[in-house]
Parts: sequence; structure tokens; C-alpha cells
Amino acid sequence: MGKFLTFLGRYFIMMKRVLTKPDKWYIFRRRVSFELEALGLNSIGIAAIISIFMGAVVALQMAINLESPFIPKMLIGYATREIMILEFSSTVVALILAGKVGSNIASEIGTMRITEQIDALEIMGINSASYLILPKIIATVLFFPFLAIMSTIIGCFGGYFIAWATGIINPEDYVDGLMFGFKSFSIIYSLIKIAVFAFLITSISGMYGYYANGNSLEVGRASTKAVVVSSVAILVFDLILTQLILI
Amino acid sequence: MIKAEHLYKSFENKDVLKDINVEFDQGKTNLIIGQSGSGKTVLLKCLVGLHEINSGNIYYDDVRFNMLATEEKRQMRRHVGMIFQGGALLDSSTVQENVKLPLDMFTDHGEKEKIERVNFCLNRVNLHDVNHLYPSELSGGMVKRVAIARAIVLNPKYLFCDEPNSGLDPMTSVVIDNLIKEITEEYEMTTIINTHDMNSVMEIGDKVVFIHKGQKWWEGSKDDILDSENPELNAFVFASAMAKRSKRHR
Repeated sequence: MGKFLTFLGRYFIMMKRVLTKPDKWYIFRRRVSFELEALGLNSIGIAAIISIFMGAVVALQMAINLESPFIPKMLIGYATREIMILEFSSTVVALILAGKVGSNIASEIGTMRITEQIDALEIMGINSASYLILPKIIATVLFFPFLAIMSTIIGCFGGYFIAWATGIINPEDYVDGLMFGFKSFSIIYSLIKIAVFAFLITSISGMYGYYANGNSLEVGRASTKAVVVSSVAILVFDLILTQLILI
Repeated sequence: MIKAEHLYKSFENKDVLKDINVEFDQGKTNLIIGQSGSGKTVLLKCLVGLHEINSGNIYYDDVRFNMLATEEKRQMRRHVGMIFQGGALLDSSTVQENVKLPLDMFTDHGEKEKIERVNFCLNRVNLHDVNHLYPSELSGGMVKRVAIARAIVLNPKYLFCDEPNSGLDPMTSVVIDNLIKEITEEYEMTTIINTHDMNSVMEIGDKVVFIHKGQKWWEGSKDDILDSENPELNAFVFASAMAKRSKRHR
């Protein structure tokens, strides 16, 4: 309990420093665009690969388990779409990005801490927490929703591909299912979730990196803790947001 | 001038600095010397505000630095330059971006003016055609020189150096020492250098403060050191056989 309260205290103290007005807006914009590429564009590949396979696997599982002649085959497409939108493209993609982006942020900032680069920024009179972490938060909160949309589209395409390639269901039935009973609010729910997850991943990982001390071993530990805590936070907030938004 | 009065600092009940009273003069190179673990780096970091002190006062000229609010400290630090042991250049930025960063953050100069200032500072530390290199592409001595250029780019009134010669060969060390000394005199800065290199002490030390077991043990000029009867200072200064021989010759 003490550790948890210490964590919360550190987190809020750091966030108070992070969420401040940037000293120079044009430098802030430049750093955000740099982070959009480093944390956003560079994550497209892994999100796309995982989405296409997960879409294909979900469609296959549905086809195998919905064999009753009383259940229309188009429900396979419908279920695949709903799973991709509601859980996979936001929560599972966020968990994967917690590993990729979270460890990247924690190790980058942690290394800056132990090599005194953060002290150098402080000596220059720069708010180092805001300078380093705020552009990452803004970049991921803006970009991850695009990844979620892309992941949904690619996942649905993965299901279509497996339907076409294996013939386990008729691709036309699958497409009918994809278009059946579509609720646009599901997309909004998914985007809200991934934006919150992006904030959690970046701020928690940034905090572990920022408070790292000692040597490279400590940076490694900070990186691991960042991924674990971010993942747990994603699951907890998934539950909270689902309760708040959908129920 | 920078002054510390009755400075105490401890980490988890371990006293690291005990009742430090010292004044560092403007326009001079002030050296803090002492064995590893004596507390000199902690003293430097307390003076610059990277460590909060437990009690005592730190004055930058007439300003009581330790009583300033966070934002006031940030404003004050725009007059401070610091050279870290490893250089502490931002790895993801080029030499030019590193030196230009303080100008970007705290001036409204145009881009051309800023580049001119960056080039002036790089030339001042005898670096040419390195603007677009990354820190990983520089030698240890070049990294230190870029760090000096970044530290002086805003014409600071106070310069802090944490072991500027560590990891450098003797010839490059002399170059860096002389550069810091020249810049200190040229810009009338209050310079505080943390070192355990006796060559630096004898080359550039206008004022020397010896820290031992977290306390100020001795202070004086570089000429006084060799004649001192302080046993701990002598043990530190004459640790090498060559220094002992020079003592005997005197």
C-alpha cells in the first residue's frame, strides 16, 4: 500500500510539472512532430501485422464455433468486426504498444537521467519534465486513435482474407456481416479508450524513466516496471471506461 | 560571487556535507578538491540547486538562491552554465542543436543570429566544421569543448564544472583547463571547478578549497598548498611520488 501511495505521489508531482505551458511553442511543435514519427509512425508496422493475424484468427475461431445451421454465417463477419472495434483495436493494440513505446520511452528518458542530460536541461532553466514528456504524450494521444482505426480495418480485412483463402465461409456472407447492425458509437468508445491508454502508457513510462537513478541495470528495471505498470493500468482503465461509457 | 553559509546536506540520515562556509570569487577559477566520496560533487550540486540542502544558505551575489521559488530559480539558472563530467550533451541532437538550445529557449533572436552565436562559441573553443555531427561521433575532448560552448552561449555570470578533465589525456586536459581559465577571465565569471586532478590545481587554481569527510578542511591559493602543514591535505596533494619529490626540492 505504501509503495502504491509513493507511486501515486510521484506520478502526480511529475504530472504537475509535465502539464505546464511550453516555454516556446515552435520548439514544442517541432518536438511533437518528431515524436509523432518516433512513437506513432514507427508503430504502424507492428500494429498492422498483429491486426491482420488477429482478424484472421478471430474469423476462423468464429467459423469453427458457430457451426449450427440456425446461426447465419454472416454473424462471423459481424462478431469479428465487433471484437476488433470494441476490444482488440484499442485494448490489445495498447497492450502491445505499452511494450514497444513504453519501454522505448522509459529507457530513453532513464538513460538521459543517468548520463546527466536531464540535469543539464534543468541547469539551463528548462522544465525538463515538460520538455521531454509532454510532446510524447501529445503525439501518442493524437496518433494512437489513428492506429486503432487502422487496426480495425486491417483486422476486418484479415478475416476477409482467411474467408477467401480457406473457403471456410463465403466471403460475401462475411462482408454482409461486417456491414450488419453497425453502431458508430462503438468507434467513439474505442477511440476514447485508446486515447486514455496512450496517455497512461506515455506518462507512466515517462515517470519511470524520469525517476531512474544509478546505472544501466536501473534503467533496465525502470523499463520493465514501466511496461508492467502501464499494462496493468490499461486493464484497470479498460474496465472503468467500459463501465462508464457502455453500461 | 557565490557564497555558502553553514551548509548541511544528508542522504537518508547520512551526513554528506557538514557546516560548509565558503566564498567563491568573481573572475577567478575556484577549485574544489578532495578524495572520491569526500562530498565535493554533492557540494557542487547543492550550490547549483540540483540537490536541496537541509540547512544553511547559498548566495549568488546578493540573491539568497536557496530561498527562491522554483520559477525564480529557473530564471536565475539562465545566468548559470554547467559542464558535466560526461559532457551531458543531448544524444538525439547535433552539436549545433545542442549549443543552440539555450538560445532557442530563452532568446527571441532570428535563426541567422543564433547560428552566428553558435559558430562564435564553437570557434571560441577551437571547434570547426562539427555543427552537424552527433555527440556519438565526437572524441571525449571534443564533447567537453561542445559542453563548454553550450555553457557559455548565453554569457553566463556563473560557471560550474564537474571534473571537466575526467577521462581525458594529459594534453587535452591542459587545453580544457586553459580554456576554462581564459573564458572565466574574459567574461568575468564566477567559476567553480570540481576536480581531483592536481595538474589542474597547479595550472589554473586561483582559489582552492579542500573538502574532507564532508567538511571544509582547508582553503587557500595554489601556492599555499605546497607549504601547507595540514596532514590530510598533504596526504591528498602528495599522494604521487612525483609530487613528493617536488615538495622535497622546495
